[in-house]
Amino acid sequence: MAEIWGEPAPQPLAGNGDDTYYLNMGPQHPSMHGVLRLLLHLRGEEILEAEPVIGYAHRAHEKMAENRNYLMFLPNSSRVDYLSGMIYNLAYCQAMERLLGIEVPERAEHIRVIVSELNRISSHLLWFGTFLLDLGGVTPFLYAFDDREEILTILERVTGSRLTYSYGRFGGVTQDVDALFVEQTLAFVARLRGRMPDYHALVSDNVIFRHRCEGVGLIDQATALRYGVTGPCLRACGVPYDLRRAEPYGIYSRFDFEVPTQPAGDIFARYLVRLAEMEQSCRIIEQAVAALPAGPIMPEKQKKRFKPEVGESYFAVESARGHFGIYIVSDGSELPLRLKLRTPSFANLSAVAAVLKGTMIADTVAILGSVDVVLPEVDR
Amino acid sequence: MTLHVLWPNTALMTVLAGAVLMAYVAFNGMLLVWLERKVSARFQRRLGPTEVGWAGLLQSAADVIKLLAKQLITPRHVDRPLYHLAPVLVFVPVLAGISLFPFDRHLQLHDFNIGLVLLFALAGLGFLGIFMAGWGSNNKYALLGAMRAVAQNIAYEIPLILATLPVVLLARTMSLREVVEAQHQLWFIVQQPVAFAIYFIAAVAETNRAPFDIPEAESELVAGFHTEYSGMRFAFFFLAEYTNMTIVCMIAATLFLGGYIGPSWLPVPGWVWFFGKVYLLLLVMMWLRWTFPRLRFDQLMSFAWGVLIPLAIVNLLLTAVAIKVWR
Repeated sequence: MAEIWGEPAPQPLAGNGDDTYYLNMGPQHPSMHGVLRLLLHLRGEEILEAEPVIGYAHRAHEKMAENRNYLMFLPNSSRVDYLSGMIYNLAYCQAMERLLGIEVPERAEHIRVIVSELNRISSHLLWFGTFLLDLGGVTPFLYAFDDREEILTILERVTGSRLTYSYGRFGGVTQDVDALFVEQTLAFVARLRGRMPDYHALVSDNVIFRHRCEGVGLIDQATALRYGVTGPCLRACGVPYDLRRAEPYGIYSRFDFEVPTQPAGDIFARYLVRLAEMEQSCRIIEQAVAALPAGPIMPEKQKKRFKPEVGESYFAVESARGHFGIYIVSDGSELPLRLKLRTPSFANLSAVAAVLKGTMIADTVAILGSVDVVLPEVDR
Repeated sequence: MTLHVLWPNTALMTVLAGAVLMAYVAFNGMLLVWLERKVSARFQRRLGPTEVGWAGLLQSAADVIKLLAKQLITPRHVDRPLYHLAPVLVFVPVLAGISLFPFDRHLQLHDFNIGLVLLFALAGLGFLGIFMAGWGSNNKYALLGAMRAVAQNIAYEIPLILATLPVVLLARTMSLREVVEAQHQLWFIVQQPVAFAIYFIAAVAETNRAPFDIPEAESELVAGFHTEYSGMRFAFFFLAEYTNMTIVCMIAATLFLGGYIGPSWLPVPGWVWFFGKVYLLLLVMMWLRWTFPRLRFDQLMSFAWGVLIPLAIVNLLLTAVAIKVWR
C-alpha cells in the first residue's frame, strides 16, 4: 500500500536512535471533521511534518454531471458541501441561468438571498459548536445546535429538507414563502442577536480559549494568497475579499452590509470574523425581508428540457467557506460536456498543511477546526 | 494509634467495614455519573436521563448492567500482563485511600498518624496503573495519553502536597482526624485561602478532569490511555476516576473545610456535614468541566511549574514565618 499512496515507509521505532514516530490521525478520528487523514511525523507532541491524505469521501460529482442532464444534477449540487447546501444549490442554478439566459423574478431573488444567508448562519453556528468541541468545550456545542435547529426548522417548512436542499430551479425557486416564514425568520434574527452576548461571555472572553487561540495557527497574508485561501480564513488575514461585495451576484449589490476583517490571521481572528459575519447575515436578511416584493417565483415560460447553446459559463458565489465556483461547458446537448467545481475547502486545507509544521498535536485539532473544512467538499 | 469505630474492633468487623466501603465506592460512582449527566444536561439546556427510574436515577444501574454483560475484548497486539493488571492497579489504591477518612467523629476505619502521607502515596500509585495501561495497550494514542498523564501527575502532585503542608504546620499533625479536630474554632480555609485555591486547582488536574483532562482528550487522543479498553475494564478506569474525584474532595473537606465539623447550634450529624461538603466540591468540579475548554499540554505544564508551585512555596514559607512569630 505504501508504494501506491506514496507515503513514507513506517520507520522502526527502536534501535536506530530515532526518537520520532508516525501517527495516522484519521480517517476515523473524533475531530477530523469527516474522513480527513493526517499523516503526522512527530517528536513527542511536536509535529515535524504533516501531510493531509484526502480522497476518502470522493463521490465523483464532476463525472456524475457529465452523465446526467442539467436538471438531474440539481440534487448533487447541495451534496457537495452539505453544510451550506442551499448556497451551492442556488449557485448551480445561477450558473445555469447565466448559460441559458434566464431572468429570475424579483421575489425569487429576494427569497434566495434570505435562505442563503440563513444557511450561512447555520453553517457558521455548526462550525462554532464543533470548533469548541475540538478545543474540549462541550457546552457551547449544544447552545449552537439549539440555535441552528431553529434555522433548519424554518428551512424545512419551506424547502422540505433540512440539510441537502434542492430548493432552486433554473429561473427561480420551487416553493413560495408565506407570512409565517417571514415571521419565523425575523424572530430567529432577534433570537440570534440575543444569544451573541452569551456566546461572547461563554467563549470569547474565556481565558483558556484565548490561550488556545491567540497567536496560534498563523496563516499570513502571503501564504493565504499563494494557496488561494478564501472566505473567513482570508478575511482573518486582513484581506477584505468577499464575492458578495467584490463581484456582486444576484441582488447582493442592493444591500448594505460590511465585510468583517481581522488583521492577525490566527485562530482567534478567524473566530471573530465568523461571529461578525453572522451579524452581517442577519442585517442582509432583515433588509431582504423588508424589501420582499409580491409576484411570481418562477419565470412565466418554463421549459422542461434544457439544451444550452454551445458555450461555457463560470459562476462564483461566496459560500460559508469561501469562493465556490461552478464552471460549465456545454456542447449543445442535454448533458454538460464538463462541469468543474472550485471548492474553497480544498484550497483552505492546503494552507493548513503548510502551517501545521512546528505546532503540537492539540494545535493541529484547533487549527483544522478553525479553518472549517468540509471533507466531502474537498474530495467532491 | 487509636481506633475510632463504633463497633468492637474485631477482624470480622474490619472486613465488614471494608465491604461497606466497597459498596459505597460503587454506589458513589453510579451516583456521580448520574449527577454529572444531570448537571451537564442543565448546563446545556437539556434534560439528561429521565427514563430509567425517577429522574433517571436508575440510568447508571442500567449502564453498569450493560457494562457487566459486555464481552471482554483483548486486542491481539497488547502486552497482556500489563494490559490486564492496569485496571486493577488503578482501582485498588483509590479503594484503599477512601478508607482513611474520618466520616464522623466516631466513624473512621483506622486513624493513621501519617494519614496524609499515605493518601498521597496511594494517589501516586494510581498513575502507575495509568502508565501501564498506556504502555500495555501498544497504541500510539494510548501511549501519548499515558505520557501526558505521568508528566501532569508529576507536575501537579508538587503543588498539591505543598498546598497541604501549611495545614499540617497549623494543625501540627498528619493524622486526618486530628486535623479535623484542630478546626473547631476556625476552618483552615479562613487562614489558608491561597493554599485551598492551589490545592483545588491541582486536585482537578490530578484527577484528569476538564479543563485539565489532556491525558484522555477525546478530540486529540481519541480516549487517551484507555483507548483500547472496553466493558468492565473500561468501567474500572471510569470508577477509579470518579472515586479519585471523591477522594480529593474529601481531602479538601477534611483539611480546609472542617471535615465533619459544622456550626454546633445546628442539630445535624457530623457525617452529613462531611458528605455535604464533599458533594458540594464535586459539583464545583463538574461546573468547571462543563464550562471550560481544554488547556494545551505545554500551557498546562507551564501553569504548574511557573505559577502554582512558586505560589505554593511562597505561601508555605509565609505560613511558617507567621507561625514562628505569633505562636
